[in-house]
Amino acid sequence: MSAGVERGRGLPARANVVIIGAGIVGNSLAHHLARLGERELLLIDKGPLPNPGGSTGHASNFIFPVDHSREMTALTLDSVRQYRELGVFTECGGVEVARTPERMQELTRRLASAKSWGIEPVALPSPQEVGELVPYLDTSVILGGFHTPGAGVVDSLQAGTLMREAAQTAGALTVAAATEVLGIDVEGGCVARVRTSRGDVEAARVVICCGVWSPRIARMAGASIPLTPAVHQMIDIGPVPRFASSVGVEFPIVRDMDTNMYERQEGGSLEIGSYAHRPILHEPDEIPSIEESALSPTELPFTQADFEPQLEQALELMPEIVGDESVGVKYAINGLLSLTPDGMPLLGETPEVRGLWSAAAIWIKEGPGAGRTVAELIVNGDSEIDVHGADIARFHPAQRTAANIRARAAEGFNKMYGIVHPAEQWESNRGVRWSPFSERERELGAVFYEVAGWERPHYYRSNEPLLEEYADAVTRRESEWEARWWSPIINAEHLALRDRAAMVDLSAFAIFDVAGPGALDVVQRVALRQMDVAVGRAVYTPLLTPGGCFRADLTIMRLAEEVFRVVTGGAHGMADRKWFADHLPADGSAQLHDQTSALCTLGIWGPRARTILQSTTGDDLSHDGFPFARARTIEIGSLPVLASRISYVGDLGWELYVPVENGAALWDIVAEAGAPHGIVPAGIGVYGTTGRLEKCYRAYGFELDGEYNVVEAGMAGAKLKDEEFVGREAHLRHREEEPAALLCTLTVDDHTSQSGVRRYMLGGEPILTRGGEPLVDRRGRRSFVTSAGAGPSLGRHILMSYLPGEYAVLGGELAVEYMGERYPCTVAAVGATPLFDPDNARIRS
Amino acid sequence: MDALVLVEHDGGAADEVSLQALSLAAAYADGAVNAVVIGAGADEPAGLGGVATAFVAELDGEAFAPDAWAAALCGLIGRLAPGVVIAAGSDRGNDVMARVAARLDLPLAANCTAAQPTGDGASVTRVRWGGSLLEEASLVGSPALLTTAPHAFAEAPRGGGAAIERFTPALEDGDLLVSVREHVDAGGGGVSLADAAVVVSGGRGVGSAEAFAVVEELAGLLGAAVGCSRAVTMAGWRPHSDQVGQTGTKIAPDLYIPCGISGATQHMAGCKGAKHLLAINGDAAAPIFASADYAVIGDLHEVLPAISEAIRKARQS
Amino acid sequence: MNVLVAVKRVPVTGGRIVLSDDRRAIDTRHLGFTISPHEECAAEEAVRLVEAHGGASTVLTLGPPEAEEQLRDSLAVGIDRAIHIVTDGEEWDPQATAGAIVAALEAERAAGTDYELILFGNESADAANFQIGARVARALRRPFVSGVKALALEDGAAAVRLEQQAGAGRDVYRVALPAVVSVKEGLNLPRYPSVPGRLRAKRKPLETRTPERPAARLALRSLSLPPGSGKQARILGHGAEAAPAVVEVLAELGLL
Repeated sequence: MSAGVERGRGLPARANVVIIGAGIVGNSLAHHLARLGERELLLIDKGPLPNPGGSTGHASNFIFPVDHSREMTALTLDSVRQYRELGVFTECGGVEVARTPERMQELTRRLASAKSWGIEPVALPSPQEVGELVPYLDTSVILGGFHTPGAGVVDSLQAGTLMREAAQTAGALTVAAATEVLGIDVEGGCVARVRTSRGDVEAARVVICCGVWSPRIARMAGASIPLTPAVHQMIDIGPVPRFASSVGVEFPIVRDMDTNMYERQEGGSLEIGSYAHRPILHEPDEIPSIEESALSPTELPFTQADFEPQLEQALELMPEIVGDESVGVKYAINGLLSLTPDGMPLLGETPEVRGLWSAAAIWIKEGPGAGRTVAELIVNGDSEIDVHGADIARFHPAQRTAANIRARAAEGFNKMYGIVHPAEQWESNRGVRWSPFSERERELGAVFYEVAGWERPHYYRSNEPLLEEYADAVTRRESEWEARWWSPIINAEHLALRDRAAMVDLSAFAIFDVAGPGALDVVQRVALRQMDVAVGRAVYTPLLTPGGCFRADLTIMRLAEEVFRVVTGGAHGMADRKWFADHLPADGSAQLHDQTSALCTLGIWGPRARTILQSTTGDDLSHDGFPFARARTIEIGSLPVLASRISYVGDLGWELYVPVENGAALWDIVAEAGAPHGIVPAGIGVYGTTGRLEKCYRAYGFELDGEYNVVEAGMAGAKLKDEEFVGREAHLRHREEEPAALLCTLTVDDHTSQSGVRRYMLGGEPILTRGGEPLVDRRGRRSFVTSAGAGPSLGRHILMSYLPGEYAVLGGELAVEYMGERYPCTVAAVGATPLFDPDNARIRS
Repeated sequence: MDALVLVEHDGGAADEVSLQALSLAAAYADGAVNAVVIGAGADEPAGLGGVATAFVAELDGEAFAPDAWAAALCGLIGRLAPGVVIAAGSDRGNDVMARVAARLDLPLAANCTAAQPTGDGASVTRVRWGGSLLEEASLVGSPALLTTAPHAFAEAPRGGGAAIERFTPALEDGDLLVSVREHVDAGGGGVSLADAAVVVSGGRGVGSAEAFAVVEELAGLLGAAVGCSRAVTMAGWRPHSDQVGQTGTKIAPDLYIPCGISGATQHMAGCKGAKHLLAINGDAAAPIFASADYAVIGDLHEVLPAISEAIRKARQS
Repeated sequence: MNVLVAVKRVPVTGGRIVLSDDRRAIDTRHLGFTISPHEECAAEEAVRLVEAHGGASTVLTLGPPEAEEQLRDSLAVGIDRAIHIVTDGEEWDPQATAGAIVAALEAERAAGTDYELILFGNESADAANFQIGARVARALRRPFVSGVKALALEDGAAAVRLEQQAGAGRDVYRVALPAVVSVKEGLNLPRYPSVPGRLRAKRKPLETRTPERPAARLALRSLSLPPGSGKQARILGHGAEAAPAVVEVLAELGLL
């Protein structure tokens, strides 16, 4: 307990919002809440100001804006803008250097991401050009570099101080340093008050911005903030003769990507940091107090042995400075930073406690942007930058366990500068959630990929004979990069589905029922489509943000007058569940029941799906007897099965839902009945990519997110329901205006690279004119590939992208940049018209 | 059981710390407390309260010769067989007692704050970490060799009455090889840190050597000595002679003003003797405030110039 | 000349010391370790002497296996080789420590290495027993001077001039080599290790000895924290606004 000398000095009895933690995030949040008109804010920290002793105080403070994640890049760019406005940004540029050919290829990918997210200028300098930028770097050890002139260094403590003072000047903020949070009281599921070493404060909204301490503070309220403190090693060497007259930052920051290190000049010193050492994870409860610490609680004793290989590597790259006997190691720490199970921040209201917010696992480069975003979410329920990937509600309980956090954080640590394939799978803590079909799937040689802890077959080795059957119709990938985390079997499974039938394990679906007299109002309120439909209808509908963009897309079945079953993807299921829960009426007239772990789902699709399924049931499955978009219970063998006739792969078929204990039996019945008809098991490689892309079906998190609206996505529909729903006002506006961009489907015309290898885009690449100019819509958004994948039935590689109106023209000739080369492509569809079976004859057969 | 105490003195007048050692001896021993007095002016030891016999060693030359002092003590120990031998935990006291312990191959407990005899030696409490930690220890051997932590014991009364016995210690070859050959006085000017009535110190928070100007300005106005923390010395901003702390100078001013010093144990060990402590620090939770009488919470670069200005104004009016 | 410097591994403490559950040690879970400050200066002095006068420097420690870190730290700033008397982690009392060091030095001498100058810290930062140097010097029958803050070779490196703080001034000693000296911080300003120095340190020779620990004759029983000051500071104010209140206090104390 360290209220220190100020113990006993009182705090306001109540506050509008209590912000816990006065690092870069808390200060930024206070500033933006004040800017948005919020008053009676209280910012508290256990430590002193301006440096309370958290990670902000020892951060290396440099910013490279380019990241493969659009969401993280957006937060970073917004942060840079804010730092610039505050006058604390020093633009010194940065160079990421490559020592290996693999890294050189990765740098071309970074260049593509820079173009996709609109970060320019950037360049790929030769070793000699790198040497001109960084004259003390030994160019003989590198193959090239990636230069970002807009990279820079910030004074994050000063930024925090300025933002805090702005909020104070506005009369919106009370600041209490040396104030320890002792408890957070929750009443009726909502935050009620914060208990501190200087008294209690009533507040209905509390934001935890405590960096590495966040889990500990959240636990006081019964909530979880799944992050772990982890060590990042840093040393400072000097005085460097070459920098003798240097003031501030004068040389570009260097990232030595292949060694997981960085070197940067500041004043007369060179700072060397590393992400190469073994993952060193700490427990939030084990961080020393301010009084016990020799430096600060997050500057732990340096462990020399972990850093020794890095010294050698730094010496290789910068022998003039690092090899200078007169230059000493003046400062060396194991600095603590926050790591999460998936590397993304933790933003938003916690799913456990209403009014308790998290703004944690945020680094300097995204601090102010994250502060602004969370402030907008608190005030408006919506944010300019879509942060669904960072939504704290995204985790399944099994992902919030200490074991999972530690395993994934440890695995992710060394990927910090890694070359991470977009489909790369985690290796640690696998096998946590299994469907009841998994025993059969393993027998069939399923290759499992993970989503939200679920193990899902991505493809089946048992289908290898299909490669012979479909021979030339199955594209092989010549380049190792694209062949990684992929198999031609996926395309063969796809073709078998289109020819015959396939069964797909969809048990990773998140399923919850909204039930009760008020249920219709709830689903009507969140869904774009009309939900007051006949019992037995299945409705595919977007859910919108208040701003009329996408919050989710999912299927809702009306099972009874007062029972609606929501089925959504596993990846976003937990966040979707919170969204519904947030809209439940206060009077308890509707409730949410999670059925995810009670039900499993088996899909069967393909031209022979009806014949196969009909052979197992006495129910009428004819087109008239079971029309499209209907759901009802049928009997398959001895099992009562909820069947829903919809499709995300564009073929005739059903989703079959049974209790988990019936799963294995259902699988066997369908497999046996399908065998004479050539049914195959098909994996998510088909369901999630090839099947939907041929049909131009959109996916949340790829095409659909909080930054594109329904009209742009080509999903507005002719009719709009009269009932009120979230985002209606904005949506009406969008229907009136000319869309800034339209979601289009493109096909690649020529795959052959300059070296003669056929290359296949994987997503995220920039769409350019044939002349190489980026496409920018009137809202400033670049065109980039939202999804990419094979269309085996079309024999084409398919790309989806939002294109500005003037380019959203059928037959329009454009280019896609991939690994440093441009490939011609053509607009094959504008809007939602499918490339394959454009009349949807198959689905409705 | 008798006690023998090495009394350091200034021209025959016992040092305060030696009187403290005598006070422990009186409490520890149930027999006589005897003293040994060596060096310039030792002929007429004065004010050795409670001492039965003061043994005055007669050595060639008056310069401090620690091995000869140790030889003198060892000779008396052999002759008097005391149950305990005590010196002050001063530089010289600790030095000479270490040599005695080495010669007799006996354990020595340095800087004790308490000691009682036991069946096979002594039970002691001694200071570690410059006083930040206390150690309970068992000493096995006789006589028990102890030094006293400064200011841990009351001073024995400066009464007279001790019998005086002169003796000439038996020296080994080489016992006079180590002796003080000359004394160099400190360069004049400035206020000595150790003796200053007011000390203003700066820590890491000052930021640079040049930035100490604000500390010097206030010190100048108060006639104070300038001190600093170890971090400052290590950074090369100030000479080691300015360092207050466990491994620097131990100060005992009327008022100590540490600025931008967090209060690490290393530093606090050097300023325990300050009568009043006015801490200036931006961190209200800084450990320094736990030892402070007065606290100013704020950045020293704002606070110090304001105080200097206010002093000037106060003096003008 | 051959110089040996003895160093001790000690924790770097913050503002508050926390004791282990058995109260026999400091809880070092969150703490880094270093060489006692006086000994850092001793190591620096050894390096400078060898740089100026030739010869070789050796660092010696008695401590747990982890104390190799402090030996490597010394090697990184320029010491040539290291001797590690490896302990079981229990604290050795001064007699045992000195005995083990003497035994190591005798083994060194038997192997042909003798040291003209042996440097100790005046006292360790943690235990502060003030006696290891004196005991080793006595066993070797060499002159010993404690508390040295300036050191210079004289007479063609046959003798050494030593200064010891004495009040406001300095006492000066001159002793012939070989000698044993314990030094205090302030003797010099130790250098930071360079990166090449760090890398060389890994490859420098380090010998270990593992003697048995003799029974302690000064045996630690338990540790305790001294009672706090019990002070509750009077807050004079925040920032520059506190100045008038500070002046009042100065006036109360009669310092204006």
